Amino acid sequence: MPSRPYLRLFVFPALLCAILFGAALAAVLQYSLRTYIPGSLEAGGFTLDNLAALAKPLYARVFLETVWICFVTALCTLIVGYPLAYALVHARNAVLKSAILVIAITPLFLGEVVRTYSWIVVLGNNGFINSMLLKAGLINEPVQLMFTKIGVVTALVHVTLPVMVIMLAAALSHIDRDYERAAASLGAGPVRAFVTVTLPLSLPGIIAGVTTAFAWTFSAFATPQLIGGGRVNMVANLVYQLGFASFNFPFAASLSVAGLVLTLALLALMRVAAAPLEKIGTH
Amino acid sequence: MHRSWSRPILRFVGRLVVTAILAFILLPALVVTLAAFNDRAILSFPPASWSWRWFAKALAYQDFQDGFRNGVIVTACASSIALVAGGAFAIALDRYEFRLKRTLEMVLLSPLVVPHFTVGLGFLILASQLGLARGYGVIVVCHVVLVLPFVLRSVYISLRNLDPRLELAAASLGAPPGHVLVTVTLPLLIPGLVSGWLFAAILSFNEFTASLFVTAQRTQTLPVALYNYVREYADPSMAAISVIYIVITAVLLTCANAWLGLGKVLNVEHQR
Repeated sequence: MPSRPYLRLFVFPALLCAILFGAALAAVLQYSLRTYIPGSLEAGGFTLDNLAALAKPLYARVFLETVWICFVTALCTLIVGYPLAYALVHARNAVLKSAILVIAITPLFLGEVVRTYSWIVVLGNNGFINSMLLKAGLINEPVQLMFTKIGVVTALVHVTLPVMVIMLAAALSHIDRDYERAAASLGAGPVRAFVTVTLPLSLPGIIAGVTTAFAWTFSAFATPQLIGGGRVNMVANLVYQLGFASFNFPFAASLSVAGLVLTLALLALMRVAAAPLEKIGTH
Repeated sequence: MHRSWSRPILRFVGRLVVTAILAFILLPALVVTLAAFNDRAILSFPPASWSWRWFAKALAYQDFQDGFRNGVIVTACASSIALVAGGAFAIALDRYEFRLKRTLEMVLLSPLVVPHFTVGLGFLILASQLGLARGYGVIVVCHVVLVLPFVLRSVYISLRNLDPRLELAAASLGAPPGHVLVTVTLPLLIPGLVSGWLFAAILSFNEFTASLFVTAQRTQTLPVALYNYVREYADPSMAAISVIYIVITAVLLTCANAWLGLGKVLNVEHQR
C-alpha cells in the first residue's frame, strides 16, 4: 500500500485554483507598473509614475479615512459581538441557542447589496428611524444619517458582526468551564471571574475576529458607495471609479496593490502587537 | 455578601443587552419587510395602505430574471468545483505531509483577507490579457477562489471531529484505501460537505464586489442587477426582492441548522 494514496489527485484541483488566484494577483501587480493610455483599455509601457502618484494628498486622505473607518468598525463589532457570542455559547436552552445562531449568521449570507439597501430604508431622511422620531415628536426635521460616517459604520458593523460572532464563539466554546468554576470557588465574583479568566482566555478569538472584521471592512464596496453616497470615500470606491468611470486600470491596479500591502501590513502588525497577549490565552 | 443580589442583576442586564443586539441585527430585515408591503412608491412608516404589487413587479423585471438565471448557472458551477477542490484538499491537509503544504494552505485561505475588489480587478485584467471573452468562465473561476476557504474550513473541521478508529477498523478488515474513502470517510463527512457546499453556494450567489468587475451586461448576476437597480430607481421593488432573499436564506439556514448542526460545523459548539 502506498503511504500517500491519491495525494496528487487530492491536491491538484486546489493547486490549480491557487495558481489561477496567484496569476490574477500577479496581473494586478503587473498593471500597477504600466502607463495609462487615456481612452484605451490597453496599458502602455512600464513606469513607476502610478506608485509615485499614490503619495498625493488626495489619495493619502482616502487611505487614512479607510483605515480609520475599518478600525472603528472592527472595534464596534467586537463590542457588539462579544455579548452575543457569550450568550450563544452559554445558552442552556437548545431552541434559544439555535435562534441566536441563525439570527447572528443570517446577515452574512444576504449579500452586501440587500443589506445595504435595507439600511438605506432604515437610515434615510424619510426612512424608519427618522419617521419614528418625527412621529414621537422628538425631532422637528430629519436627522441626516445617510451620507455620513456614522451611517456607513453602522451598516458595516452589521455586515461584519456574523463573522466576529462565529470567531468569538469558537474561542469561547473551547474554554474549559472548570477555570471559571475554579475562580468562583476561590471567591471571585462573576464580573471578576470574567475579567481575569474568561476574557484573557478568549483573546485568540478576539484577535482573529478583529483582524477579519478589519479586512472585510476594507473590502466593502456597496455600503460606502450607496450609504456614503460619494461623501464617504473608501479605497474600494476609488478603485471602481478609476476603473469604470475613467478606464484608468493601471492606476486602479496601483491603488489595489497599495490597499493589499496596507491590509497585510496592518494585519501582521496587529498579530505582532497581540502576540504577547495571546500567550496568556494558551493553556 | 454582595454576590447574592449582583447575580440576578447581571443576568437581567445581560439579557437586556443580548436582546438589544438581536434587535439591531433584525431591524433592517423587519423595516425592509414593512417597506415591501407599502402600497405607495415613496417610503412612509407605518405604511398607509398595503399591497403585494411590488413583489409582482420585482418578479416580472427582466434584469432580475436574467440576473437570477446567470446567478444560478455561476453558483451551481462555482460551488460544485469549490466543493471538489476544497474537500479533496482538506483531506490531503488532514492526512498527509507534502511539500509546500502550508504555503498552499495560506494561498487558498488568503481570499478571506484580500479585498474582493482586488480579486475582481485581477481576474478582469487576467481575462483581458489572455484574450478571454467576459463570459461565465471568468466569473466561475473568480467565485471558486472566493468561496473555497469556506468549504476548506467546514470540511476540515468535520475531518478533525471524525473518529479515526472507524477508518482503521475498515482498513484492518481488508478494505483498500479507495474503498475506505468511499464507504467510510465520505459518508461520515456528509454534514461537513453539505454545509460547506451550502455556504459556498449562498456566498457565491450573493457575491457582489468582485462580480461587479468580472461580469458584463449580458452575464450580470443578481446582486449586480440589484445594485444597478438601486442606483437608478427608488421604488419598493428592491424591498420586495430583499424580503424574498431574507426569507429564503433564513429558511435554508434554519433547515441546515436542524439537519446538520451548524454549531458543530462552525466550530462554535464543542463536544466534551
